[in-house]
Amino acid sequence: MAERQSPLEPEFHVGSHGNFEHGVEILLTETRPGSIVQLAAWPGEEKTLMAAIRAVTGLALPDGAGGGSSDGVKSVFGFAPGKFTVTDEAEGLASAFAKVVAPAMGTVTDLSHGRTAIRIAGPKAEWVLSKFFAIDFALPAFPVGAGRSTTHHDVFAQIQRTGTDQFDIYVFRSFARSFWKALCHASEEVGYEVQ
Amino acid sequence: MLITCPYCGPRDVIEFTYQGDGNRERPDPASQNFEAWNAYVYDRLNPAGDHNEIWQHSGGCRVHLRVVRNTLTHEISNVAFVRGDHSSAARRKAEDKP
Repeated sequence: MAERQSPLEPEFHVGSHGNFEHGVEILLTETRPGSIVQLAAWPGEEKTLMAAIRAVTGLALPDGAGGGSSDGVKSVFGFAPGKFTVTDEAEGLASAFAKVVAPAMGTVTDLSHGRTAIRIAGPKAEWVLSKFFAIDFALPAFPVGAGRSTTHHDVFAQIQRTGTDQFDIYVFRSFARSFWKALCHASEEVGYEVQ
Repeated sequence: MLITCPYCGPRDVIEFTYQGDGNRERPDPASQNFEAWNAYVYDRLNPAGDHNEIWQHSGGCRVHLRVVRNTLTHEISNVAFVRGDHSSAARRKAEDKP
């Protein structure tokens, strides 16, 4: 398999940046999952697809809009009615789903090369993201594991909360570098570290 | 203006795209009834008050919505999925445990 290059590379500077004399309050990383797959169920097939996701990943999806879960290696969340994003550190998730998701159940779209995954963590993660997206990032409104789809300056973004103060953001690969630069600028005032 | 998407919850209007008047009924594509087609393309109620509209949550879940908006106050009194079969996917209430 060809080695995948990061679209962030020219702007990816490992180390501490911004106003970090009083401590680093934001941690930025690119998680580089091997697989990013989008699944969509035909009307009425949602439960069957959720069972298929459980069979392939071992992750149980909670009922309800935007529900999701993560075990640190694989993640899944709903981003629209009957539609789910599934990621895995390993490659090959799309072909695993193609075996179990029958054409009558729904569709499998491999986005592994189409999206870039950026992780923002730290005590000020909610605060920095609030500058970007007009959604409620408070823990009771946006529980751990849940996903949200929204936009930043017309750049579509899917956000999953993977920890109390940790979020994974999936953006279009072609917009990832400018989004990353904006995220770095927004984190400057609280001090951030790129790992 | 906020529109409460049944899937995503309250979102700014910037995330939505107006898809037109929700009162129109499209004639059968094979229909030769020109009056019906003319009415579908041009006739609008233009009410000063509650108006049925179709919006798409294009910057979110991308679902099409039936919205009742007051043209005088911009108050949104009702939002529902255009397709009824999404009702089981409606948003979890904040007080529910994940």
